Amino acid sequence: MNAKDVKVEKTVEKARSLKNVPFRYCPGCGHTIIHRLIAEVIDELNIRERTIGIAPVGCAVFAYDYFNFDMLEAAHGRPPAAATGMKRTLPDKIVFSYQGDGDLAAIGTGEIIHAANRGENITVFFVNNATYGMTGGQMAPTTLPGQVTTTTHVGREINTTGYPLRMSEMLATIEGAALIARTAVDSPENIRNAKKLIEKAFKYQIEDKGFSMIEILSPCPTNWGMTPARAAIWLREEMMHYYKLGVFKDNPTDSQNQTKSSGVSAVMRSL
Amino acid sequence: MNKALMKGNEALALAAIHAGCKFYAGYPITPQNEIPEYMSRTLPAWGGAFVQAESEIAAINMVFGASACGARAMTSSSSPGISLKQEGISFLAGAELPAVIVNMQRGGPGLGNISASQADYFQAVKGGGHGDYRLLVLAPFTVQEIWDLTMLAFDKADEYRNPVMILGDSILGQMMEPFIPTPYMKPALPEKTWALNGCAGRQPNVVKSLFVGEGELEEKNYVLQDKYRRMKAKDVRFQTQDIEDAELIVVSFGIAARISTEAVSMLRKTGKRVGHFRPITLFPFPEKQIHDLARRGAKFIAVELNAGQMVEDVRLAVNGKSEVLFYGRPGGGVITPEELYDRLKDEC
Repeated sequence: MNAKDVKVEKTVEKARSLKNVPFRYCPGCGHTIIHRLIAEVIDELNIRERTIGIAPVGCAVFAYDYFNFDMLEAAHGRPPAAATGMKRTLPDKIVFSYQGDGDLAAIGTGEIIHAANRGENITVFFVNNATYGMTGGQMAPTTLPGQVTTTTHVGREINTTGYPLRMSEMLATIEGAALIARTAVDSPENIRNAKKLIEKAFKYQIEDKGFSMIEILSPCPTNWGMTPARAAIWLREEMMHYYKLGVFKDNPTDSQNQTKSSGVSAVMRSL
Repeated sequence: MNKALMKGNEALALAAIHAGCKFYAGYPITPQNEIPEYMSRTLPAWGGAFVQAESEIAAINMVFGASACGARAMTSSSSPGISLKQEGISFLAGAELPAVIVNMQRGGPGLGNISASQADYFQAVKGGGHGDYRLLVLAPFTVQEIWDLTMLAFDKADEYRNPVMILGDSILGQMMEPFIPTPYMKPALPEKTWALNGCAGRQPNVVKSLFVGEGELEEKNYVLQDKYRRMKAKDVRFQTQDIEDAELIVVSFGIAARISTEAVSMLRKTGKRVGHFRPITLFPFPEKQIHDLARRGAKFIAVELNAGQMVEDVRLAVNGKSEVLFYGRPGGGVITPEELYDRLKDEC
């Protein structure tokens, strides 16, 4: 075969849903991978022009610098409330929030629980890295027992700081939630799985199935004080031991057709 | 046009709907519960969305989201709830988003009581949350004015891309009186090209209040300050009664103005040269008008249902040109016209 007959095809292209700027996250940080997965799925579903994302407060506060579609930056913990206002106003748009563990599992617990409970037809990506990254590595609600942070110098002591919160397990008990799952971005296999779940969550919103949240375990080598390679191992060995991967709730019923009425409301209607 | 008879809170809700409010979120608190109740019944039929939020914080952030999408959005509450909303109000101001926020004030501090009060004046006109920002603050004193100013609030919020507060109190919200429900006439307003509604056919929009680049936030603040200056130049609203020859001018707003006009009329009948000045916009405050009256030699008395808040702005406006007195009752105590008459009769 002649050299000139060889057709070079691009096998990898930057997602159109990402701006053409370099990521400024730390080496080995999971946000970069998660941003890319979300952008690729939005491209593949061809929803970029009707998607509105919400950036959290935390390391991903600058998500609007990277995502190439309409973006809101909301107050710490409030993205599910802001998403509610957006989706109720523009029901045909695709609305997602991107939140860290401090944002979603500490200061914003009220907002996430009630958005899920209302069955808001939104998608939430919950990035759990067991620490407050942006502020320099303090204890998060998801910090593991014994984990050293800048506010738990001798390791998290559960007798004074409580246990790490398992948000996915908790939200899976909520009637209004359609899809609740936990995945990770530590290995190619899990990254592929994360992408599948991200796609499923967006599809649920497109199909009006109601609230979905994908929790993604994500390494923070900088604040864990590890190399990226070591951080991936720690995530696998320590985090996954406490936070089991899996799908905790999957209710593919159309939210419009869900029979949520209890006996009491049936009685009230008949009165 | 036929008159309507409604409670202040309900007239406010209906005026908002007529003005094109398409999103309302709120949390129950006395004495403003008729607003979410009315909205829940009526707004969906007008093509809007009502959400009973899990907290005041969630409610204001829902309004933040709806407003970012370009919808006319409103929330309402009363004093303790408004304190909770301050985070979101600061974010609205920083992100330059329009919104209407209603405060039907009750007595404070703390849980206080549910009586009429004007103790949230400072919080309303000085910003309220963190950062250098102002709200345009409207203070109605009749149900008619609640109707008119609610419509105006939506227009001004859009015009300035700034949150507007309607500062009422439990009497105004709860009382029922006839008013003329004048139809809403929308003025020409700039298109919301900044709104988040999908980037089809344009570059993506970003709505945010974070400006960490070198000098970026300072520049943003100058933009905001310029906006507040334009409000001061264009949007000062006030009403006067018998001030032409007045030696003593009572300054009061909202329900205190209802009480004051009564006392002033009683004093006029006895030949006293007393007048009344009622700021309708509390920010921008009618400082120039008050200053001019002070230069003419008139003495002032601020009458408020608090321990003395607006009186500070009256003093700043007067700037030493004449005397400024104060009469008020804090903690939900309501002044009667007779009581005020007695207090004023020896001052003029």
